Amino acid sequence: MQDTRPTATADKAITDTALKAEKISVYYGSNLAVKDVFLDIPRNEIVAFIGPSGCGKSTVLRCFNRMNDLIPSARVDGNILFDGENIKRLDPVELRRRVGMVFQKPNPFPKSIYENIAFGARINGYQGDMDELVERSLKGAALWDEVKDKLQESGLGLSGGQQQRLCIARAIAIEPEVILMDEPCSALDPISTLKVEELMHDLKTQYTIVIVTHNMQQASRVSDKTAFFNAQATEAGGKMGYLVEYDATETIFSNPQEEYTRDYVSGRFG
Amino acid sequence: MTAQEIQAKEATAGKFKQDLSGRYNLDKIFAAAAWTATVVSVVVLAWLLLTILMDGLETLNFNFLNSFPSRKAEEAGIRAAFFGTLWVMMTVAAVSFPIGVGAAIYLEEFASDNWFTRLVEINIGNLAGVPSIIYGLLGLAVFVRVLEPLTGGRSVLSGGLTLALLILPVIIVATREALRAVPNSMRLAGFALGANKWQVVWHHVLPSAMPGVLTGVILALSRAIGETAPLLAIGAVAFIRSTPDSLQSAFTAMPIQIYNWVGRPQEEFHHIAASGIIVLMVMLLLMNTIAIYFRNRFQQTR
Repeated sequence: MQDTRPTATADKAITDTALKAEKISVYYGSNLAVKDVFLDIPRNEIVAFIGPSGCGKSTVLRCFNRMNDLIPSARVDGNILFDGENIKRLDPVELRRRVGMVFQKPNPFPKSIYENIAFGARINGYQGDMDELVERSLKGAALWDEVKDKLQESGLGLSGGQQQRLCIARAIAIEPEVILMDEPCSALDPISTLKVEELMHDLKTQYTIVIVTHNMQQASRVSDKTAFFNAQATEAGGKMGYLVEYDATETIFSNPQEEYTRDYVSGRFG
Repeated sequence: MTAQEIQAKEATAGKFKQDLSGRYNLDKIFAAAAWTATVVSVVVLAWLLLTILMDGLETLNFNFLNSFPSRKAEEAGIRAAFFGTLWVMMTVAAVSFPIGVGAAIYLEEFASDNWFTRLVEINIGNLAGVPSIIYGLLGLAVFVRVLEPLTGGRSVLSGGLTLALLILPVIIVATREALRAVPNSMRLAGFALGANKWQVVWHHVLPSAMPGVLTGVILALSRAIGETAPLLAIGAVAFIRSTPDSLQSAFTAMPIQIYNWVGRPQEEFHHIAASGIIVLMVMLLLMNTIAIYFRNRFQQTR
């Protein structure tokens, strides 16, 4: 085992990198969806993925917790190192406990608020006090005060913004190291969006966050680093995404190196 | 808006038909046609119910419910057939529910999409359309003859297994529909928390699909309770003067009893046949009521 991962020892030393993508390409069937992405996600920072539709930012995000495994036709080439360890050698169930995910549309389970939080902990063999964990997770997601009197009511009875924070609470209940967020605010109103953004800011101290967003203001508000993806037409008539530029958010928005990036962040296309 | 713009606008508006009465007429005609279709089906059903009730209510009494078949119509009763049907249906439910739902879960949630699963799917679709008498012949060959030491020949168990086979495809198809209706986002949410397939299916997908699954199962059972041909084929006889006391007992069932009475020349037997039909329908209604109760309970806990 040890000799089959030559890069592992080298990367273990760089402990401030949570996730490292090395030449990631994703195929759907024979279609190349994303090509050759190199990317370092620093620990305890927020990284935003921006770019036009179909540029593969969500696809790359789903590589980090191997959600693409669930799509039969999908194939991922290249390596992703998580804490220096190749995620292909990690058990996907274990990986997904350590790399949580929040989806575009709030998707609480059709169960009580309490059960929504407790489920993940229970299946992962949580031994501690469940009531305490539920309270801590809901507080962590800034939802406790709004729901503490109705924990046994259905999670579907909450508003959209509350549902999304419930999903975040559910994700942090299993104490992941990284939280992936796939356009978490696109289905929310501005006030709920603001709450989620504030929440991300608080979560940063404990978690590494990767967020895909269509909203450039959001990227500039919340993130420390920004990756700009673009899509180019392929000969087969499809679209292929690639990483154009990846830098500190300030640089991307004020002084990008690539012309594409400059055009995109200034609203000239996309 | 300038005068020119207003003028241009009026010119375009003129190109659309101003008179809406034609569209509204079409609307009314369609509504009337749909209403007629509904009324026709309800009237036919009501007429059927009415004739049965008129024929059978008179002879429907405790004596009829509590008596065994007899050569004299006034002494004949449904007791053996009622308990026979009860035993058979319990066997059918106990066998077809776990196997049917299990197969559907496998096909929908676990199996990968390859030529083998597609072949199985096509076969299940075809099996749902096979005439029930064919299942009867299969039951006769397999359960009554080959497996006689286990089933006891023409027994409750043979009849139950035959009918279970008959409704399996229906249950599988209905369950798969119900599973497919569960939004994929729920599965993803489960997987993203580190759940494996079993945990996602057991904790989230199946409970959400349960109302649909139960509806499908109960519809299938309702079909089984009225089946006559396969039971005739495996040789269940109408004249049995005892209720079953084990799975290996000989039995008769209500459709067979009714069929037998209808076939006799005497008018009196036709009346008690109608009484038998009323009992069968009440049983069916009861089953559906129970199903609706369970379905509502599952929907509430969501």
